Amino acid sequence: MSRVTQDKSIGERLWAITIWALVIFFVVNVVATIAAVAVSSLGTRWFGAWLPAGFTMRWYILAWDEFQLNDVLIVTFQVVGAVVLFSGLIGVPAAYALARRNFPGKQFVIVLFLLPMMIPPITFGIPLATVLYQSHLGGSLSGVILANLVPTVPFVVLVMIPFIEQIDPRIEAAARVFGAGTGRLFLHVLIPLLTPGILAALLLVLVRTIAMFELTFFTAGPDSQTLVVALYYAVYAAGVRANQSIDAMAVVYMVTTLVWLLVALKFVDPTQIVTRVKREAH
Amino acid sequence: MTDRAIPPPYSPSDAGSAVAHGAAGSPPSPLVGDEREERGRRTAYECPPPHSRGGGAETAPERPPLRVRLALRDLDGVTLLALPAIVFVAALFVYPFLYGFVLSFEPKAGDWLANYRKFFSDPFLYDTIGATLWLAVPATVINVLLSVPVAMRVRYLQRRRVLTTILVVPITLGTVLIAEGLLNYLGPQGWFNRSLALVGLGPVRLVHNYTGVMLSLIMSGFPFTFLLTLSYVTGIDPSLEQAASTLGAKPRARFWHIILPLLAQGLAINLCLSFVQTFSVFPSAVLLGSPAGATRVISIAAYQAAYEQYDYSMASTVAMIMGFVQLIVVNLILSARALFYRGAVGGGKG
Repeated sequence: MSRVTQDKSIGERLWAITIWALVIFFVVNVVATIAAVAVSSLGTRWFGAWLPAGFTMRWYILAWDEFQLNDVLIVTFQVVGAVVLFSGLIGVPAAYALARRNFPGKQFVIVLFLLPMMIPPITFGIPLATVLYQSHLGGSLSGVILANLVPTVPFVVLVMIPFIEQIDPRIEAAARVFGAGTGRLFLHVLIPLLTPGILAALLLVLVRTIAMFELTFFTAGPDSQTLVVALYYAVYAAGVRANQSIDAMAVVYMVTTLVWLLVALKFVDPTQIVTRVKREAH
Repeated sequence: MTDRAIPPPYSPSDAGSAVAHGAAGSPPSPLVGDEREERGRRTAYECPPPHSRGGGAETAPERPPLRVRLALRDLDGVTLLALPAIVFVAALFVYPFLYGFVLSFEPKAGDWLANYRKFFSDPFLYDTIGATLWLAVPATVINVLLSVPVAMRVRYLQRRRVLTTILVVPITLGTVLIAEGLLNYLGPQGWFNRSLALVGLGPVRLVHNYTGVMLSLIMSGFPFTFLLTLSYVTGIDPSLEQAASTLGAKPRARFWHIILPLLAQGLAINLCLSFVQTFSVFPSAVLLGSPAGATRVISIAAYQAAYEQYDYSMASTVAMIMGFVQLIVVNLILSARALFYRGAVGGGKG
């Protein structure tokens, strides 16, 4: 890409410096915010100083017991695993149908899939929780999983459509000529070819589900809380427990999320995490 | 699409195709024959040879069976694969929304409009709309306005990915963790106030008030708007700007006359998405703000109705009002956008 000639007047340079200063200021504050949590979780006593008086790991042991992190982590992985599995199983075939067929009402179906991703979870979370509680699913693990699937199934569909459109239909035609039904076509032809796309979509679902607060918060009962909801309750009731043990829990949450984010970034561009809607919204 | 690529079975090569079927190991069953016949009809029906355009009756039967007619409109077995997802979204997204809408007109006491009347006559409730707008509108405008010049600079950056990776972290961590971090960082004994004290500025109260929520909305919202704007800015053909540059346009003129009109569509969508997100702020308004005072946002009112008073009808009413306000603002943004240029962002050749 060739560059447009840049003017080097004083005003231009000042403007450029201002913009970069702004970016650096923002990044420094983000890093400091996250570091403050990490440092606090490792400190013995931290008051009226730049750094804690000493460093210890005991808050982690304390937090692990106090917040029953064992149970919370098990629930979190159950929810996330089920959401990833089901959104893949429901979403990928639907994406295939939408990519390969031009049936009447297809635009309507696309809009139907766009809405749960564009409408914020708070707005549809309360009616959804009401319906789930009335069908006796609210407050249970399956209720949390169902609620979390609402934005992720459309997400997988819309992310997968372009991946499927890239595959040459003649490959599928060849498989069909040799007698493969839709099931075998998926298993032996499409899934292997789509692995990078499925991996990217499901990893993004995974990261989003770990951090999905609102829907889990509205539908979770006492024994179906995920990590982020447990963290919210801990921060909400701050003062009951030592601040450092809340921070230790926050670090456990951060590590869980960021490890998967790092894995996800191997397969996707960071801008993909936010621009999923763009292509469709034109 | 897929089946259409198969050679039409009615052609003379039909025999060969049947041999291929046999060779592939699938015994010729009546069903297979049936299917192929239907496909043959479909092909003939869809693209009749030019000479038979007048009397198509000889190639296509009077009225093909329903399955064929559906297949002609791309409704066949493959289309059915979309059904589970459609049913799921209908059952768990559309139905709850409609249910909530109906429920909001079935209050615990009073006539069908009692909930709405209660909401708009109780300042404790209707003030939440103003409080939320007072947070959401400035936060959205700040985020989107800042994202444009930053994206304009960053698009030429060689190692763009490092910056985008750093910015994706706050989005991924989510608002709860950002709130906990900001409580530490901006608190009276936090690093931010200590840094201010170094340059001789007194401690500022930044948490448990309006400022705290605003800062958290910027911290978690700016990366989102920025990455979205960046993807729009990089989608604009650089040769358009080069052409203007050749004709002597200064950077400022290039921005106002070329980039901005092309960016208008993206900015409108960006404004809508960021507004809708900031308008539904919840955890940071509780944790970082003063949930009983200045930052009692509309989602807190909905939450309290549902989980503190167990009045699901009222909670649905608040949720519907929330959705309605979002709809109005999104409509305002999109109709303002209609005043700008509409067209391709690529250079193209004529």
